[in-house]
Amino acid sequence: MRLNKILKNTLLVLMACVALTACATKKEVSNVEISGQMQGDVYTGTDTVEYLADGVPDRVFFATNESILTTASRETLRAQAAWLRKNPGINVVLEGHADERGTREYNLALGERRANAAKDYLMTYGISSDRITVLSYGKERPVDSGSNPLAWSKNRRSVTVKAN
Amino acid sequence: MTKKILILFFILIPINVNALIEVDITRGNLNPLPLAVSPLSIDEDSRKVFEKILKKENIGSEISNIVENNLRISGLFNPLDKKAFLQAPDIANLKPRFEDWNLIKAQALITGKVNYVDDKLRVEFRLWDVLAAKEMMALAFTTVPKNWRRVGHIISDKVYERLTGEKGYFDTRIIYVSEEGPKTQRIKKLAIMDQDGANNKFLTLGNELVLTPRFNPASQMVTYLSYFKNMPRVYLLDIETGTQEVVGDFPGMTFAPRFSPDGKKIIMSFAKDGKSDIYTMDLENRIVEKITNHPSIDTSPSYSPDGKYITFNSDRSGYQQIYVMKNDGSDVKRISFGNGLYGTPVWSPRGDLIAFTKLHKGKFYIGVMRTDGSGERLLTENYYQEAPSWSPNGRVLIFYRETKTNSKGEGFSAKLWSIDLTGYNERQIKTPTDASDPSWSSLLSN
Repeated sequence: MRLNKILKNTLLVLMACVALTACATKKEVSNVEISGQMQGDVYTGTDTVEYLADGVPDRVFFATNESILTTASRETLRAQAAWLRKNPGINVVLEGHADERGTREYNLALGERRANAAKDYLMTYGISSDRITVLSYGKERPVDSGSNPLAWSKNRRSVTVKAN
Repeated sequence: MTKKILILFFILIPINVNALIEVDITRGNLNPLPLAVSPLSIDEDSRKVFEKILKKENIGSEISNIVENNLRISGLFNPLDKKAFLQAPDIANLKPRFEDWNLIKAQALITGKVNYVDDKLRVEFRLWDVLAAKEMMALAFTTVPKNWRRVGHIISDKVYERLTGEKGYFDTRIIYVSEEGPKTQRIKKLAIMDQDGANNKFLTLGNELVLTPRFNPASQMVTYLSYFKNMPRVYLLDIETGTQEVVGDFPGMTFAPRFSPDGKKIIMSFAKDGKSDIYTMDLENRIVEKITNHPSIDTSPSYSPDGKYITFNSDRSGYQQIYVMKNDGSDVKRISFGNGLYGTPVWSPRGDLIAFTKLHKGKFYIGVMRTDGSGERLLTENYYQEAPSWSPNGRVLIFYRETKTNSKGEGFSAKLWSIDLTGYNERQIKTPTDASDPSWSSLLSN
């Protein structure tokens, strides 16, 4: 009986711990979600986004050291491809960027890789490579001068800019 | 820029005595050698002439100040306060009264004199071992007066070499990128200065973004990346004539250039379709060779001093690591295996070490490892720093450091720093503007 009681109490304490931990974790996650600015470390906000046309965002964002397109990025690029098909006279420059937390030379290459990921996607949606120029700025042209994860996430981007 | 330099060396009294003072530079030097740099003496007529030509009241003192400053900054020497000197410069140069110098605890003494001879600046200097009461070295130089700063640097190099047994690095220059303006719209210009920060000059106007200038080890040529017409390409710049030309005819971004040790080739990255590979171009016959061929990013190539090997940065393993290969691209071996990411490998001019930047747990380190990757040593840790460049004697690294901005994104700065291979003697190098991407020249006189 007595042992049982002790066990029960211990269990209760343990359960309380679990509940607390869960709470803490949940709170952290919800903070990120509430701010609506980042998922993982990919920027999902709209602060820095400009529009090529109504409903056509000009940029896509990347995770640290990555050049993989997220679901949201692919959606943005499909909108860009549709807009480019409707406007066959417009050519674009894809400007690839990296955050400040990398060596300059590697970041130049990474920016090029990111812009090319966007270019490849536009091409699979029917845009001729003749209409696309890729230009990497590495970490040279951040949009946000902050030294924090949110600022870095805004800076890891490929921006589609009208060339003419 | 700096032109042919007419410096005539003639050894007055070559003496090679054993068992004189020596400075060990292989360890961190916590007890720098106390030494006295007596102002170079000058006769009144010469003094007046140089005052007129060079606008310096006493060129003898000015030159000895350069020597004193160089030796202090090396961290190996402790130049003593001139106020404590008992003997007048002209008499000391003839025959030092060693007891007097011993009294102020000087172990070495530098004396000398300056003359105006046939429109030239003539400088002689002597290095004395105070304890042994002996002359260690005596040299004289004759040059055009406007080279007076270089005379100070050459004396420093000779003293350093005599006392440490290794070549100095004072008669050298640093090319770097000058930075101004807000972080989101930095204006960048190529700039060059003497190793001690004097004679700073801007080489470009800031109309286009410029990055990563590197000296040719065999001449005063520079290769760098310019966004001229918004096309990032590797350029070649002759700093004497100011002529520039694009290197090769690549249909895309070329970057991360460096010269081969003989100065005849440029090695660089070419980025295409999301891949970056390493190429060389021969500057004489313009032949381009592809050195690496891999779907990854291969960049930051740097030759070994004998030209037989290349170290480079690649993410072929999934993350940035350092590799070494033969100069034809064969026999690729990964050498960095520690925790974290590794970048910007650069081969020591002595051949034994590779310096690098490391990113681990949100901190940036400058470090060195042997060329097989063993013996990794981290010299300095900071919020952000990268791109080490070796002094020509392989004893000092120069790099740049950036500061963290505050919550409003303010307070950004970029500065040049140097550190000894031992991990001691970390110093900021003052520049008129913010600065990054430093590259150290070879010794100008040899």
